[in-house]
Amino acid sequence: MSNKINHSMSIAKPDAVDISTTQKIALSAGIIGLFIMILALFNTNFPSQGLFLALALGLISAGTIVYSRDAYLTKLEGIKNDGVWFKSISSRGLWGWIVGVILTTFYIILYFFPNYLGLGTDGAENKGLIALFDPLSKLLSGRPASQWFVYGTLYTVAILAFGYKFILKYRHNRYQQIRTISVMFFQLGFAFLIPEFMYVMNNDLPYYDLKSVWPLNYYIFDEWSVKGFLSNGNIGLALIVFGILSIFVITPILTYKFGKRWYCSWVCGCGGLAETAGDSFRQLSSKKMSAWKLERWLIHTVLVFSVVMTTAMIYTYLGYDKNNFWLTRSVFISLVIAFLTLIFVGVMVFKRHELGNDAKYGAIGFFATIALLLLMHFTGTTDQLFYMKSGTLRSAYGLYIGSIFSGVIGTGFYPILGSRAWCRFGCPMAAILGFQQRLFSKFRITTNGGQCISCGNCSNSCEMGIDVRAYAQKGENIVRSSCVGCGICSAVCPRGVLKLENDSMDGRINPTEILLGNDVNLMDLVNKK
Amino acid sequence: MEEHIVIIGNGISGVTAARHIRKLSNKRITIVSAETDYFFSRTALMYVYMGHMKFEHTQPYENWFWKKNRIELKKAYVRSIDSTNNALYLDGGETIPYNKLIIATGSKPNKFGWPGQDLDGVMGMYHKQDLENLEHYAPNNKVCKRAVIVGGGLIGIELAEMLNSRNIPVTFLVREDSFWNGVLPNAESQMINRHIKNHHIDLRLGTNLKEITSDKNGKVKSIIIQETGEEIMCDVVGLTAGVSPNIDFIKTSGIEIGRGVKVNRFLETNITNIYAIGDCAEQHEPIGQRRPIEAVWYTGRMMGETLAHTICNNKTAYNPGHWFNSAKFLDIEYQTYGWVHAAKGKPDYESQFHWKHDDDTKCITVAYHKDTKKFLGINTFGIRMRHETFDHWLSEKRDVSYVINHLAEANFDPEFYSHYETEILNAYNNQFQTA
Repeated sequence: MSNKINHSMSIAKPDAVDISTTQKIALSAGIIGLFIMILALFNTNFPSQGLFLALALGLISAGTIVYSRDAYLTKLEGIKNDGVWFKSISSRGLWGWIVGVILTTFYIILYFFPNYLGLGTDGAENKGLIALFDPLSKLLSGRPASQWFVYGTLYTVAILAFGYKFILKYRHNRYQQIRTISVMFFQLGFAFLIPEFMYVMNNDLPYYDLKSVWPLNYYIFDEWSVKGFLSNGNIGLALIVFGILSIFVITPILTYKFGKRWYCSWVCGCGGLAETAGDSFRQLSSKKMSAWKLERWLIHTVLVFSVVMTTAMIYTYLGYDKNNFWLTRSVFISLVIAFLTLIFVGVMVFKRHELGNDAKYGAIGFFATIALLLLMHFTGTTDQLFYMKSGTLRSAYGLYIGSIFSGVIGTGFYPILGSRAWCRFGCPMAAILGFQQRLFSKFRITTNGGQCISCGNCSNSCEMGIDVRAYAQKGENIVRSSCVGCGICSAVCPRGVLKLENDSMDGRINPTEILLGNDVNLMDLVNKK
Repeated sequence: MEEHIVIIGNGISGVTAARHIRKLSNKRITIVSAETDYFFSRTALMYVYMGHMKFEHTQPYENWFWKKNRIELKKAYVRSIDSTNNALYLDGGETIPYNKLIIATGSKPNKFGWPGQDLDGVMGMYHKQDLENLEHYAPNNKVCKRAVIVGGGLIGIELAEMLNSRNIPVTFLVREDSFWNGVLPNAESQMINRHIKNHHIDLRLGTNLKEITSDKNGKVKSIIIQETGEEIMCDVVGLTAGVSPNIDFIKTSGIEIGRGVKVNRFLETNITNIYAIGDCAEQHEPIGQRRPIEAVWYTGRMMGETLAHTICNNKTAYNPGHWFNSAKFLDIEYQTYGWVHAAKGKPDYESQFHWKHDDDTKCITVAYHKDTKKFLGINTFGIRMRHETFDHWLSEKRDVSYVINHLAEANFDPEFYSHYETEILNAYNNQFQTA
């Protein structure tokens, strides 16, 4: 059988498909680029850091570009998945594990030991890898690089280079191309360049990636952040207002019209990396029912955690006296509870039917949140919430969710868990968008009548682990919270069965199993039963 | 004691029947198959060889599904059916009694008595065992320096695509003078010929196999072409000249057979409590323009569901709606709704409108009644169309110009794809002004 385990160290399997000479050269160029960075890490004294940084990033990009051109442009347009499950790197083989370990190590060092990357603390000069990035950082914003600048640059280069690869891979598919150009644009512009320029204009403003919406951006409502914005006049005020509008106005409108894909696979940086650099790993997400169950518990727990944590954070820096500021602790907590109750009651009244059995779990989540908030309000003191120091909750969230879950596991485990582990199991923003997508959105994946042959290409390529085939083979549309609308299921379908659409809400969910292709009278008969 | 329903064959027909019987009743259900432990999608075998998927991904249900739904699975080969004692005799001596029996054994690849057809390295591409065989004889282009495929149908072109994915050179022998032109109108068939050649597959049209020669170990050495006597050295020969019902073990059972197991519209055989569905069933009378044996995924699924109703006391005739089908020829997707005939066998009343895009990978053919202008069917290549829309148009008996004018409503291509409806409409208008 071809699903043999690959013991070879070759990146390209099977034996039949060796990589070409051009690809070998391209691969070497990329490795030399990485090697320059490793040399920097060990404090090599380069004659010109600027030149060597340009060389390193240039070689990595050029290597990826040349490799992709040779891989895709030498063949006719079409689906290019040959050998995906034979290649060691994309089938949890040895190379997959090696890359996973390297990525995970990188994230641990990045988050917890940036001094190993050469970060100069207490005004000391940067060394090592971070010093290599100083020239670029100084060019953009005039300040020396930080570990986050290094990370941001590498992240952006990865999205741009692998985005190019992805565009070539799907050069017959305009949806994929436009979507990829979109994530490349938002990463380069909104996540990388604009914050640097904002710093140049006004260096007191907190770092703000405009497209990073609360609760994914979990620190935007922290005291230091809000104070930072508010102490910067109108522009700061405008930014914090934009932050609030993003989640409460802009997000619901766009999700209603287009589904959560407008964010998750068109704008979001985490999604951007998953769709480009992570594309080779999309098939590794688990499609088991048990994984889906775990997903629903985990992601909604994180959501509850993040709502409670954010409320608690804001709560701590609000006062008791409404003469100082109208928004007191009591007013705030009442507003939060009123808002959550409004959503909960609204859903239970109007969408009870569509939720089905999940309504029970929704109710558990809702009441747990309310109970936690009330507990906090009535037991909290000036400097203690939940009987612990108020900052502890926020630190715990930042450590376990913000760093370990989204970074170390989410991206470090790409070659093991697939490219969307964070988006699927952990992202509270995805949970909110998904909840709305399931209940109040025009988006769905339409199944084309009875044309499904149950081949499984759709499920296999779903990065979110949705068993797309389970719906398609019954003639059912796919309306799932977790679907990020990447459109690959539709692209790989050999029978033209799946189409991502925004259409009317009526008939979006068609759960009646129909007799596909059988005569209409028989369908009536069965549907009546 | 609930009735025991035994199903021979765990393909789409048998499994669909089992699933629906379970939905409708508490009957005891047993599926017997010698091929695999669990149901898998036969049409997806090619993707396993190509490395797009692993074999377990071709299984639409997780392994716990069967126990949870109380569908017993028995891996065994049925040697014979004893219809007087309501029992199956298995290889190895075991006996399975049944109250009702469903024969859903599918097809087997055709072999036409070619010399050398049973040599090592000669295979069909139908069963899981064929895939294992191919993996053994054609793991890469060093072990298999060339493969020859005999028979130009859907399985043949899939096998060519599979071998191509591992850079194994392929010679593709097609008896007809153009690929699949017994089914496709000429212009379409010729477009596919060019597409096959663009993939560097050595397509030989109007070419028959004379014999397969053996090396001294009983393995394929070469094939000889009938017309020219040319010898082509090869390591693998794929026989893909169609399939026929897999019913050899039934011959002694008293069940009436023709090419397949003869059934009426209720999918009943001549023996009470024995039914046949899917590829192996043969209708006494063809339904509409359908063939009496329909070896198609969708019809197997429909028959399975229909029969489940009959077995669960809601006697229901197999009453398929408008014909539809689909396939993929290398990179070109194909869908068909209603009837569009090839040049051979085209009824006198059928006229066709054909449009092809300049890039030679997209075209449509619309069939209509030449007098009444009634829309009869459409073939579409490289453009996805909506099943539901065409189903409605066929039921509503729309005329051809309505269909051409409303083609945009039926478009099912992904968002942002180029649309060709205007171009098609212009071509249609031009043709009928000059005609």
